[in-house]
Amino acid sequence: MDRIPILKFGNALLVTIQVDMHDRLATALEEDLTAKIVAYGARGVLIDISALEIVDSFIGRMLDNIAAVSRILDADTVVVGMRPAVAITLVELGLSLTGVKTALNVERGMALIQARLQTSESEDADVED
Amino acid sequence: MVDVGTIAELVASGEAAILSEWIDLQKKVGTLQTGRITENELVAQSREFLHRLRDGLARGGSDSSDAAYGPARQMLADLSRSRALQGFSPTETATFIFSLKQPLFNVLNRNAALSPVQAADLTWAVTLLLDELGLFTLEIFQKSREEVIVRQQREIAELSTPVVKLWDGILALPLIGTLDSQRTQVVMENLLQTVVDVEAEIAIIDITGVPTVDTLTAQHLLKTVAAARLMGADCIISGIRPQIAQTMVHLGVELNVVSKATLADAFAMALERTGRAVTKRKAAAAAAKGKPIAGKVE
Repeated sequence: MDRIPILKFGNALLVTIQVDMHDRLATALEEDLTAKIVAYGARGVLIDISALEIVDSFIGRMLDNIAAVSRILDADTVVVGMRPAVAITLVELGLSLTGVKTALNVERGMALIQARLQTSESEDADVED
Repeated sequence: MVDVGTIAELVASGEAAILSEWIDLQKKVGTLQTGRITENELVAQSREFLHRLRDGLARGGSDSSDAAYGPARQMLADLSRSRALQGFSPTETATFIFSLKQPLFNVLNRNAALSPVQAADLTWAVTLLLDELGLFTLEIFQKSREEVIVRQQREIAELSTPVVKLWDGILALPLIGTLDSQRTQVVMENLLQTVVDVEAEIAIIDITGVPTVDTLTAQHLLKTVAAARLMGADCIISGIRPQIAQTMVHLGVELNVVSKATLADAFAMALERTGRAVTKRKAAAAAAKGKPIAGKVE
């Protein structure tokens, strides 16, 4: 079965979805991602869905689930590159992904994760002081 | 079954008389007075239609939906469509066909070769036929008017949802008019596409031009905000007028988004969030006053 590659990028994980998501692929991604977050101790997860043209309620919920799981494991999820049509569909489905951070492109998404990591590091530093 | 072919022959033989009587009648109801159509045009139209009607009568019998009436119907359709666009009233348009009745009846009555019963039958057949064609004319007229309205609605919808770029990464969406679900869709699509195009971070939705905000409108606004957020753009809502703010509170409408009273406030906030600020050029102005530079307007 196909799997979606998960790349390690510093202490963040980068997932680029470039094929049409079907339900089994989505479940596999959720499992893999959870395992990788723990394995690498990742603090951020960036999911690029700019190539995704069709999103149904299942995929929408999967994104929400990934965000929730990552939050438990202390990693931020940023979904980037959503297409206008996909955004409208998700809103119409009533899935506004409140737990997920969003950004327009990978660059901004990465900046968001880095900013968060820096603040948490400085907080850690404060605690040490 | 009456043989309406007889009428076709009568029309052919008495064409000139019918035509002049018909045109006189049309003039009498004031078709020409509005100045939308010239006499020449009217005569040409009337003559052409009479020819087509005669062809229909000769081959199609008394049934106006027969294929032989196709050219006549086609002409009526074109005529009523163009009259609808020119601003003719329904009465004026329908008169074109209904005023043909009298000349035709006169021709039938004057014809000595027909028995009274035959004449009555033929008159009845002609009445039915012209009534059907008249209704058809009105239907097309109505349809053309509706097309005009639909087109205008679409144009208004397009016009009233511009997305304006205020600064790098800052968009404004001045909404004007009532927000229904159809317009929300257009607004959303426009906004999201522009967010992608200009890589905007912040979108300001200005509702100064929205007359009322009820629960449904609020829901539509929230949908737009949620969709923009999914694309990675933050939304600020501005331009909520005092009465609208009161109504919203009374209705229990809650907008759980950042809102500002005016577009200016929202813009200032957007600039701040993107790490910019607007400052007065005090130093520069003072310098300019002290040493006026030639060729510069103070």
